[in-house]
Amino acid sequence: MCISHVPDTNAKLNFTSDAPELNGVSCVIGPYDDFALARAVEIKTQTKGKLTILNVGDKSTEPSIRKALAIGGDDAIRVDAQPTDSFFVAKQIAEVAKNGDYDLILMGRESSDYNGGVVHGMVASLLGLPCVVPCTKLDVEGDKAVMQREIDGGKEVVEAQFPFIAGCQEPIAEWKIPNMRGIMMARRKPLKVVAPVEVDLPTQTGNYSTPPARSACQIVDADNLGELVRLLKEEAKVL
Amino acid sequence: MAVLAYIELDNGSPKKTSLEAVAYASKVAEQFGTEAIAVSGSVSDDLSKLGNYGASKVLQTSLTEISASTIANLLNKVVEITNADTVILPKGITTDLAAALLTVKIDASIGTNAIELPNFDNGFAIKKGVFSGKAFAEVTLTNAKKVVTIKKNAVELQATDSEAIVDTLDFSPETSRITVKEVQKQEGDLLLTDADIVVAGGRGLKSADNWNIVEDLAETLHAATGCSKPVSDMDWRPHHEHVGQTGINVAPNLYVAIGISGAIQHLAGVSSSKTILVINKDAEAAFFKSADYGVIGDAFEVVPKLNEALKNA
Repeated sequence: MCISHVPDTNAKLNFTSDAPELNGVSCVIGPYDDFALARAVEIKTQTKGKLTILNVGDKSTEPSIRKALAIGGDDAIRVDAQPTDSFFVAKQIAEVAKNGDYDLILMGRESSDYNGGVVHGMVASLLGLPCVVPCTKLDVEGDKAVMQREIDGGKEVVEAQFPFIAGCQEPIAEWKIPNMRGIMMARRKPLKVVAPVEVDLPTQTGNYSTPPARSACQIVDADNLGELVRLLKEEAKVL
Repeated sequence: MAVLAYIELDNGSPKKTSLEAVAYASKVAEQFGTEAIAVSGSVSDDLSKLGNYGASKVLQTSLTEISASTIANLLNKVVEITNADTVILPKGITTDLAAALLTVKIDASIGTNAIELPNFDNGFAIKKGVFSGKAFAEVTLTNAKKVVTIKKNAVELQATDSEAIVDTLDFSPETSRITVKEVQKQEGDLLLTDADIVVAGGRGLKSADNWNIVEDLAETLHAATGCSKPVSDMDWRPHHEHVGQTGINVAPNLYVAIGISGAIQHLAGVSSSKTILVINKDAEAAFFKSADYGVIGDAFEVVPKLNEALKNA
């Protein structure tokens, strides 16, 4: 189960031209990853399997890793590096996967910071495994899984043999909140820190800017909707 | 050298977002003094018209099942044949995954969700929304090969009379390891992500039975319908209509929000809309702060009246 560690959606963020200012900003497990994690814990319980939490990040991500362990992970691996590029992250995940014996690699459909939504596909391509995304339902049936995935304008029921990769999205499971016993136990669960494999970064991100504020909302009288239609036509030019 | 654009068809004609991919590819090709080639996994008589948007050539092949891995393999083959160094795909569920798979295959840099033409001042940089719409950033693609997915309206469409040469490509896809057992597709409905106008309803509509006012307004506006997260959580509407951070991201010309309070997670999915109209009886609803136009009033009165006003206009 791969988790990202991202600013809380409700947090206010400031940006310099070079980077977001993340000092003091509350960070959490990525919202999509949280859905995947909840399902991962259910699958682990059902199959009596082992669930490893994986994160690519510096030490500051450990509260999110411990939280995932408290929710139901058995052990964790942190690849000690800044996740600045999706291919870099995919390479690290693929490397960990090669060294382990995993039947299923889960993650959210995208991280809510850079919103790329390509890491699962890249990991699949690197490992030569199938990738199901966005996976909204996942049931284990013997050596295969029956899933539901969204397609443009609808959904499909699909099947794949293990091992494979899935990028998950709600309503795959309900978010889980760790209980006190889980939190206590998580402190003693093994968390291995490993060095990253070297990758030539294929992208650089910078030149941040914030969207121009929308001009103040024009309130139109509920009894004068003809005026609203005129504004949408002539001023906004959207009709 | 060449720039490829991947084409998706809808009822035999290229989708608007695919025309945009061609126009985008042709602008990039112009910059590099090369040609734009369109690649389609389906055959159609309309493909020569992709020349109107700048493609010099179209390569078509007839696939029975268009999966992400098939698209990636097809584009990989065309990259080899044409020696293309840049591939443009319209953003979508299948094309996004195809782009990720292709990027690894051809050792490319990927730029996702580009909202405008690249900035060539210092190489090749695409602009995209980050942190769920809270900011924009530029991603510089440094590898020789580049894959770019573009959002709707990333480029303006201007048609010419030029026609493209259409060639048929011999391509046999591998058998997919993902077996599709069942497909449920909305027929005839406008896709949320493609629609120029989206009408969305929230908890303020009180029940699934009240959705007719949303649907009637959407019909008049030729709009797609969406909903907020609580509405899909309560099963008033299907999950694929959920607009917001963990649902669908839309960028229409007009977004009409009816009875939606405007939680930050919802705003994250609509902030790229050109114009936002909010209808809510609560004058304090947070959504008004992010809207261009607002009507304070009961949705059950305002929406039918607006529908009439639109029909009479």
